Amino acid sequence: MTYVWAFIVGGGICVIGQLLLDLTKLTPAHVMTLLVCSGAVLDGLGLYEPLIQFAGAGATVPITSFGNALVHGAMAEAQTNGIIGIITGIFEVTSAGVSAAIVFSFFAAMMFRAKG
Amino acid sequence: MPRIGKQTWEFPSRPVLLSAGSIVGPKEGEGPLGQDFDAVEEDMYFGQDSWEKAERRFFEQACEIALKKVGLSGEEVNVLYGGDLLNQIISANFAARTLAIPFVGLFGACSTSMEGLALAALTVDAGYADYALAATSSHHATAERQFRYPTEYGGQKPPSSQCTVTGSGAALVAKTGSGPRITHATIGKVVDLGITSPFEMGPAMAPAAVDTILRHFEDTGRTPEEYDLIVTGDLASIGHKIAVEMLEDQGYYLGDRFKDCGILIYDPDQEEVFAGGSGCACCATVTYGHLLKRMLRGELDRILVCATGALLSPLSNQQGESIPCVAHAVVIERGEES
Repeated sequence: MTYVWAFIVGGGICVIGQLLLDLTKLTPAHVMTLLVCSGAVLDGLGLYEPLIQFAGAGATVPITSFGNALVHGAMAEAQTNGIIGIITGIFEVTSAGVSAAIVFSFFAAMMFRAKG
Repeated sequence: MPRIGKQTWEFPSRPVLLSAGSIVGPKEGEGPLGQDFDAVEEDMYFGQDSWEKAERRFFEQACEIALKKVGLSGEEVNVLYGGDLLNQIISANFAARTLAIPFVGLFGACSTSMEGLALAALTVDAGYADYALAATSSHHATAERQFRYPTEYGGQKPPSSQCTVTGSGAALVAKTGSGPRITHATIGKVVDLGITSPFEMGPAMAPAAVDTILRHFEDTGRTPEEYDLIVTGDLASIGHKIAVEMLEDQGYYLGDRFKDCGILIYDPDQEEVFAGGSGCACCATVTYGHLLKRMLRGELDRILVCATGALLSPLSNQQGESIPCVAHAVVIERGEES
């Protein structure tokens, strides 16, 4: 059952993204930032964590979880270090993802060439 | 008077389309017209380290093929009219540096092929050139980077979008010789009906094509029946349908003789061709490769080629401006000797 819910929730988030692309004049960059911000707002309202408990990877894999992680890190750090923690904490949880994106893109760009 | 009506030039000396060169990329080579092009280059990079450099090679190659067919060298050509889609028309400019032919750069977006051919015919007809070359190129990956998203970004394209043709077409116009004749050219006005999406070029350009075609009939007093083929540059399936409806509204029923190079060049089942082809090379390669060959085989006696161009810049588009469009039409007739 966990797999089914992961599939439905994860797929549902992707459907929202696809509908935004197809039905509105938003660019892919707009849609991406919109989804990231939605994840951040949902976490701010305390709603994203329950969604992860419920759908697992269905909620952590889509880009919305990046927004969630940004807010999560900032809030956690703010609790221990005060106001400055908001700044230092933003990339606390997401640093692995951001660094991995940079490092792997670098290697991919070194090894492959776009086909056109 | 060589100008007839408002916007049409008649060339009394009937300049000869002496020779033409067409070269395309892999996707166009696999398409239904693959056999008609002079050359198919399988490598999108054309052995270069960037797509922009590759596009230049396509441009140079098309010119060289056109010259080679009649045993001429660049030195004997008096003027080259060329243009492409990139900022500051670098493909044409840089290729002209290699070709070393006196050069006039043009920007008419995808209408450049017929804009150049009309000017080449005009120059030869007026006696300013014995040989004039008109060439244009486009490249799928450079056009994506210029107007939409770089290929590496991987953005999705809606079904209304078109696939920029990779390749180049060049035509050599001469005073005398054997080959098809260029008899008329109708220079279009810029038309803008307010479309803003760079993924809907066909619908944006259709009104410009219709405006020029109607003007051509009016200026020359001809009817569509006097042409074996009336072909637009790159309206693709959606824009073509709009053009058909607009012409019918004006009482012109073109039927089967009305075609579009953007539809002809690809098989709709090919991967990622969407509504059809676009780009400067679309009209140029289909006309100089496919249509001229049909003319030489005797299947077509008189054709009207109406190349359509969307005159947007990435900046104008980002600032939310609509897309002004233009279309230029040229009449090509089968030569007596050919």
